[in-house]
Parts: sequence; structure tokens; C-alpha cells
Amino acid sequence: MPVLLSASGISKSFEGVRALREVSFDLNAGEVHALVGENGAGKSTLIKIMTGAERADAGTLAVSGRTVPDMSPAMARSLGIAAIYQQPSLFAHLSVAENIALSLEAGRVWQRVDWAARRRRAADLLDEAGAAIDPDRLAGTLSMPEQQMVEIAKAIGAHARIVIMDEPTASLMDAEIERLFSVIGLLRAQGGGIIYISHRLEEVFAVSDRITVLRDGEAVATQATAAIDRPALIQTMVGRPLNDVFPKRPIALGACALEVRQLSNRALGLHDVSLSVSCGEVLGVAGLVGSGRTELAETIFGLEPADGGEILLRGVSVRIGSPSQAIQHGIAYVPEDRRRHGVVLEMPVAANASLASLAAVSSRGMIDRAAERRSAEGYVERLRIKTPSVSTEVGALSGGNQQKVALARWLSTGPQVLILDEPTQGVDVGAKAEIHALIQDLAERGLAIIMISSELPEILGMSDRVVVMHAGTVSGVLSRSDATQDRILALALAPTEP
Amino acid sequence: MTRTETAASHVREWSVASAIAALMLVLTVAAPGFFSRENLSDLLLANLPVLLVAVGMTLVIITGEIDISVGSIFAVCGVASGLLSKSGMPIWLAGAAVCLLGTAFGSLNGALVAYVGIPSIVVTLATMTALRDGLRWATEGAWVQDLPRSFQWLGLTQGRYPLVATVVTGLITAALAFGLRHLAAGRAVYATGSNPAAARLAGLDTSATRTCVFAILGTLTGLAAVLNAVRFNQIPTNAGIGLEMKVIASVVVGGASVTGGTGSVLGTVLGLVLLAATGPALTFLGVSAYWERAIQGAIILVAIAADGIRRPSFRRLVGAAAGARA
Repeated sequence: MPVLLSASGISKSFEGVRALREVSFDLNAGEVHALVGENGAGKSTLIKIMTGAERADAGTLAVSGRTVPDMSPAMARSLGIAAIYQQPSLFAHLSVAENIALSLEAGRVWQRVDWAARRRRAADLLDEAGAAIDPDRLAGTLSMPEQQMVEIAKAIGAHARIVIMDEPTASLMDAEIERLFSVIGLLRAQGGGIIYISHRLEEVFAVSDRITVLRDGEAVATQATAAIDRPALIQTMVGRPLNDVFPKRPIALGACALEVRQLSNRALGLHDVSLSVSCGEVLGVAGLVGSGRTELAETIFGLEPADGGEILLRGVSVRIGSPSQAIQHGIAYVPEDRRRHGVVLEMPVAANASLASLAAVSSRGMIDRAAERRSAEGYVERLRIKTPSVSTEVGALSGGNQQKVALARWLSTGPQVLILDEPTQGVDVGAKAEIHALIQDLAERGLAIIMISSELPEILGMSDRVVVMHAGTVSGVLSRSDATQDRILALALAPTEP
Repeated sequence: MTRTETAASHVREWSVASAIAALMLVLTVAAPGFFSRENLSDLLLANLPVLLVAVGMTLVIITGEIDISVGSIFAVCGVASGLLSKSGMPIWLAGAAVCLLGTAFGSLNGALVAYVGIPSIVVTLATMTALRDGLRWATEGAWVQDLPRSFQWLGLTQGRYPLVATVVTGLITAALAFGLRHLAAGRAVYATGSNPAAARLAGLDTSATRTCVFAILGTLTGLAAVLNAVRFNQIPTNAGIGLEMKVIASVVVGGASVTGGTGSVLGTVLGLVLLAATGPALTFLGVSAYWERAIQGAIILVAIAADGIRRPSFRRLVGAAAGARA
């Protein structure tokens, strides 16, 4: 079988954090090659490099045996590479037919538009993809699965020989998945190759010929699908070097700090979430991206107030309608995307650290800059933040240190409940271990900690109990002794009972 | 306040101050007449109202918003001060009422931006047009004349007014500069402009912050209109045309970024001094006054280009281009 695409020795770093390390990957004609790995293993980065959206720091790409030194999105398209992402990228204000035409008629700026032909072609392609969608509808009015089908129609229309599907079924129902699979069969029969990325392992086994596992930015295994079974695959996905030790020590739990009962938030797709966390406890929250973990944190923190259910703090029912109320109730939230929601990059370390607790460093309404500095210096020392001084702008620090500054801001509010969302995402290994040690230290001081993470080893290593979420609600709770990677994955992928 | 912070954040203030110093040096040598008491006093009195508005605009721009309706608010408030005064109200009371009127207009702008979620450029474009044309319709273009004697110079003597106006403007400017640096509210202004999501998560009320900065700008515009109106014996209905551009230019030259999060009152003061001095300086140097706007435009371009070059996205662009060539 001819090799359609081969990537060899691909490396890529983002601001000092290594995303890919000498990854090699190839795709044969008529093959479905699955790419699996945990969140953050480097799958997305790899496809971005293959489609020219990002440039590799090192390594070579070859399409049909010819080296492509400078891949760009336009180049990728002309080479017959099409990508279908988890999040469809349609133009909301244009019709379905126009969306399809845009990608297929690129470069014909001055040509008159044949609207009838456009419509006909769109209808044909949608038909081929097995979707019953009116080509005249605006893309913005389509549901997620419908948008996904339009993306597939685009790929068919482009006569793509290399189709990359990134979580294509994340928003599809069973019948639509069946249709997708028949489209995959069609593409493959025509000699195309498909790179299939999915968290849903049963699909991977159903559809793929070969599987490559990415872990921490490295391709750790490439095997024929027939030669590997599910437990072995999961183990390959999550396997860690032995020196990755978590500083977890058992501590006596205190009283219940926070309990939520039947919490719902329709706007965020959250329903009937019940959980509790005690003082001194680390409650891990696991689940796939989009399962409602971050939404749960945002609801508890009052960013998007709940529309049903109850939040109890130390046994007392409270209403939390805004972040400032949550802060007053002793809740702190270190959000996921620290650049967007966490730190203020243009402000110095000291001002960032005091932002949520300005009253504590103010006297008579005036910020006492000396007190602010002293407080910040205390945290720099305690959290071992590596910064030239507390007046350095946070934008100049590394990811791990930015995260620690975000943590300092919230610790300075004197919280009783600390919600951490992906506390070690995009943080290098050393800083990761320090943050883990900090979490343990905080729990020992009696804080109730809710730790959301996509990294199963982190969840297993740090948590006293693990809540697993699926589709906006809790699909299971595991005690530390019951929690294993397989069980968590099973609950996250295919819930037994809600 | 530390060395690093000073060095990092005061680059712009120093460069604008240097530009002013250079201009002054040239004038000292080539046209010492510029420094005559009358000329300086004229320049000062004409620009005190602009300074008040510019200081308010600094707050708005730091929060990442913009207000182009200040010229219209200025005109409406000026006319209102004259009409109230003519109706027999003491000038001090009329002045206070006009400041409140400005506050009301500013709050309206702010509430539409912060709570309805309309972009500030659109909101203030609408209020700019509505107020300007509303005024034209109401007055039919007629200037306010026959003002009571007490209106002129706020009822003070021609000698005392400049002192009072300068002190009032100076105190307000200093107070806002202090508040921006030392009050929690000032921190909220910077945080809202720099990263609204993070500011909200930190428990700051970003909507209230936005509304307040617009309201403050409205108040200061009202006050500026009064201070300006009392210098003349009639009030034009077309006052303040182009004021918004003058003010925004001063703020931007002073180092505030229109994307929010940076800027200082001191920078704005220096920016205004540089831009306001350019025109008269040209006259004294014997250069045609027609060059005034062109040179001011060039100053703004230089300032903005300096911002762009320092921005990481620009560095990445340059880096990528260099990488592509390599």
C-alpha cells in the first residue's frame, strides 16, 4: 500500500513547554489510522502541524513521498488534506451551500457565481454524506451534529485523500455515527486515508486498522488494531514513568465543607449534580473535555448562577449569584485557562496576587503598597514563585509560575473551599510536582479542595475521592481505594447509571 | 513603587516629556516670543477644559472602551449652563446642575455599554449624533446671548478666574491620578481593561466599573463645558466639534493603549501639552498653521507605532517572517 502521508521526527514547543517530541507517524492509502492519547498528549498539535496551522520546530512532513518543507493551510488543501474538527468551523452567517462552495471554489475571486450549480453540488455532497440538510439554511442555525455533517460533505467535495477527523463523533448520536462510518468506508474504498482521533475507544476498535498512542508528546506505540485489546491500549495511553510519585499522605477529614444537591444549570448544560467535599479532602473531578467539569466549577463560583438545586456551605444553604458572593462565602476558584481567565498579564505579580483581596492590603480605602508587596513576597517565598521581583509583570513569567501567582491570589482570600481547574495544565514537570506538593499542604491545613483534571495519574495520585462526570452530570463516585484508571475511563466514556 | 515598575511603565512618559523639552528648546532659541505671559496664559486657559475631558477619557480608555460623544455632551452642557444662568440660577448652582447633566449622559453611555452589551464606539456614536442634532433642533442653531453679568468668569474677576480654574482642574487631575494608582477602584479600572474575565473571577464588578468611568467622564465634560463657556459672552451651539479627537489623541500619545489595560493620567497630561503646544509653536516659528494637523497626526502615528512594535504579536510576526526567510 502506498504511503499517503508521513511525518518523521516532529518536535514542537510552546513557550518552553514541549508539546511534541520526535513524533513519527504515517498513513497508508485505504487505511484508517487512529491516534489516541490523554488530553494534552499532543494529538491536536500533531494535526495542526499536518494541516499547516502550526509549524514544527523540527522534523519533516512528506505527502505521497514528496517532502513538504513549508506546509500551510492552503498547501495542505491543494495536497488533498482535509480536517474535520470537534468544533466545526463554519461561517455562521452564510448558507450551507455557500460554506461548502467557499472551501471548494477557493481562488476564483472574479468568477461569476452560479448559484444554482452551487446549490446542486451542495445537495449532492450532503446526500453523499448521508445528511438531510437544506443547502439554503444558514450555518448558524444548524445543530452541532448537522454542522459536523456539513464539514464531512466539504471533505468529500474536496476529494480529499487524507482526511483528519478530530473527535468527529463527540456531538453525534448513534445513527449519525453509523452514517459517518459508512462515509469513512467510502473514502477508504476510494483509496483515501483517514486519521481518526477519538476518546471513544470502542469506535477506535470498530473503525481503525492501526493505532498510534501519544503520551506526553511522544509516540509511544504504533500497532495493528487487531493486535491490541482495550485494557492494553488504556495502559499504554496512561502509563507513566515510575519516578512520578505523588506526595499524597492520608489525613483525617474534617466536617463537610461544601455540598451541592441536584445542582442544575441549563445554560451550561449541567443537570442534577450532587457531590460533597470535606475539610482536608481532595475531591478529584474527572471526565472528558465537555463533560461539564468546568461548568460545574463556574456554577458553584457564581459566574453563571445555578437555576436549580442547592449549594450548602458547612451545612447551611446559600445562594451564590456572583463571584464576589462566592469569595465572601470562602470559595476560591483557580480557572483552567490562566492566560484568559487567571492572571492579568500586564499587571505586576503583587497586583495580581492582591486582586481578589484588595481590602486585606488596604487601609481606609487606600491600597497600602508596602503591605501589598509584603504579602506578595510572602507568597513568592511560600509557593516558590520564580520571579525577579514582585513588581515584574506576570506576562514575563513561565507558565508554572503564572499558575502559582493565580494560586496566590486565591489563597490570599483565605478560602475554605478551593476549586482548581486543570491546575497543572501546560506546566513543566518540576513545577507540576511543586504544585502537587502545595495542594497536599493546603489540604493538610484543612482546606476542602475540588481538583478538576484531565490527567488521570494526577486524579488518582492526589484525590481522596473521585467524581466522574459525563454529559453534564455525575456518572460515578469512586473512593481512593476503588479508583483505577480503567474504572474512571469506563465511567467517563460509557456511564452505567446517571 | 519600585525601580522595575518605574522603568517598565514610564517609558512613554519620559519620551513625551523629552519631545516637549526638545520643542521648548527650539522655541527658546528660535521664537522666545512663545513664552510671553499672554501667550502661555491663553494656551493654558484654552486647554484646561480639554485637560479635564482628557483625564476622564484616560479612565475610559484604560477600561478598553472609548467615548466619542464628549464633543456633543460638551456642547449641550455649555448651552445648558447659559440657559440655566439666564433663568436666574446662580452660576455656581447652574455649574453644579450642568455637571450632573454630564454625569447623566455619561451614565447612559456607560450603562448601555456595560449592561446592554453594545460596543462603546457604537453607543457613543449614537449619543454623539443624537445630542448634537437634538441641540441643533432645540436651539435652531441660535447661540445663547445676553448672558447675565455674573455668568462671565464665574462671577469672578478676569484676574482671579485663571487661578481658580487652574487650581480646580489641577486638583481634579491630581485626585484622579492618585485614585487610579492608590485606590482599589483604580485597580479595578486597569484589571477590567486588561483582562475582564480574570477581573470578574476576582470578584470585581466589571460592569459597574465600566459604567462609573463613563459617568466620571460625563461629569468632567460638564465641568469643562462650564469652565469654557464662562470665558465668552455668548455660547455657540456648535462648540466641542472635534473635541473627542483632540482628547483621544492626547490619551493615546500619553501611552494608553486603545485595547485597554494601560495608561496614566500623567501620560495624558504630557500628551495634551505636546499636542496643544504644537499649533501655536508652529505659528511662532513662522511655519504655516496648515501644517498643525498634519504634524499632530504624525505625532499620533509615531506614538501608536511605538506601541505596535513593543507588542508581542508584532514581535511574533517579525519572528515568523525571519523564520520563513531562513
